[in-house]
Amino acid sequence: MGPLIPQGLIAGGWDFVIALLLGIAFGFILEASGFSSSRNIAGVFYGYNFVVLRVFFTAVLVCMVGLMYFHYMGWIDYNLIYVLPTFPQPMILGAVIMGFGFISAGFCPGTSYTAMAIGKIDGFVFTAGLFLGIFIFSEAFPLFEDFYYKGNMGNITIGEFLGISNQLVTFIFVIVALVAFYVTWLIEKRVRKTITPFKFE
Amino acid sequence: MNTNNNISTPRYINPYFGGVLLGLLLLVTFFITGRGLGASGAVKSAVVTTVDKVAPVHAEESDFYSKFITDRHSPMFNWMVFESLGMLLGGLLSGVLFGRIKKLRVEKPPGVSNKTRLIFAGLGGILFGIGSQFGRGCSSGAALSGTGSYSFGGLIVLLFMFGTGYVLAWFFRKLWI
Repeated sequence: MGPLIPQGLIAGGWDFVIALLLGIAFGFILEASGFSSSRNIAGVFYGYNFVVLRVFFTAVLVCMVGLMYFHYMGWIDYNLIYVLPTFPQPMILGAVIMGFGFISAGFCPGTSYTAMAIGKIDGFVFTAGLFLGIFIFSEAFPLFEDFYYKGNMGNITIGEFLGISNQLVTFIFVIVALVAFYVTWLIEKRVRKTITPFKFE
Repeated sequence: MNTNNNISTPRYINPYFGGVLLGLLLLVTFFITGRGLGASGAVKSAVVTTVDKVAPVHAEESDFYSKFITDRHSPMFNWMVFESLGMLLGGLLSGVLFGRIKKLRVEKPPGVSNKTRLIFAGLGGILFGIGSQFGRGCSSGAALSGTGSYSFGGLIVLLFMFGTGYVLAWFFRKLWI
């Protein structure tokens, strides 16, 4: 049955309507969860607020478990799902650079859009920076074109890499998440006693 | 209703509930489109479009820009662009509903000047722009959607992005606490 668009079950003209609707839901959930506030997000790095970890981990788990069940019920053909390809070295470099960006700005691209939507100038500046950063990368691309394509492992899944089933991967994720939810709850309680309470803008 | 949006009683939805909603949305997105959600892709389309308009020859000769240019339509006519426009609308909707739309402002801790905050916000944006290209996506496209669909690369981005944040947190603490 699914995925619908790759199998031509939805006419092409609906693509952008669907994109807009899914985007609206995405933006709404991010804003409603508190991701339009950089101080709220940065709390994950300082222990005063683990909302990012809670939302993010829960979402990954729901998606993993859901895909597994959809596949089991025959509702989705997992082979038609796009699995992001793996290029270990450039991806590690990219993630480290993004980590720098994350701790500097307290935003990532998606969250900065919702910050703009409710009127935060820092959200606008972040997005302008994003534009500039992609421009710099694109202009400098010939310098590191070889590195960019380095170590292509194709569309490899976590289970394939570890030599275990993705069901087991999901199970391990669930356990790790439950432990993380509990431990960060303890940490948060302790850290909050030491900080001055503040209001989110 | 509580109007004090402070840290102990935030007017945000419960994070686990938010996470379930986000996970279900991601699942629906995979079910309909076969791909996940993204965010930085729209800005990439904007960059490609701008360069293609300003310097078309340069864009065609570039190994990078040319990947995203076709004769059929503008690079802005792209799934991610519409999705990101939706994100702005969705954020606006939630902001209206929860009373968070206010005049233009800069959010920062009391000890940080507006100038410092904006410099680091801009710097963070630039770094995310560069990093998301090497990483094949940002927190949405690689870390969230990638890991959610079992991609090993998605997990790499997730771990190294947050790991770097934790390693650097001590050095950047003046910006936040």
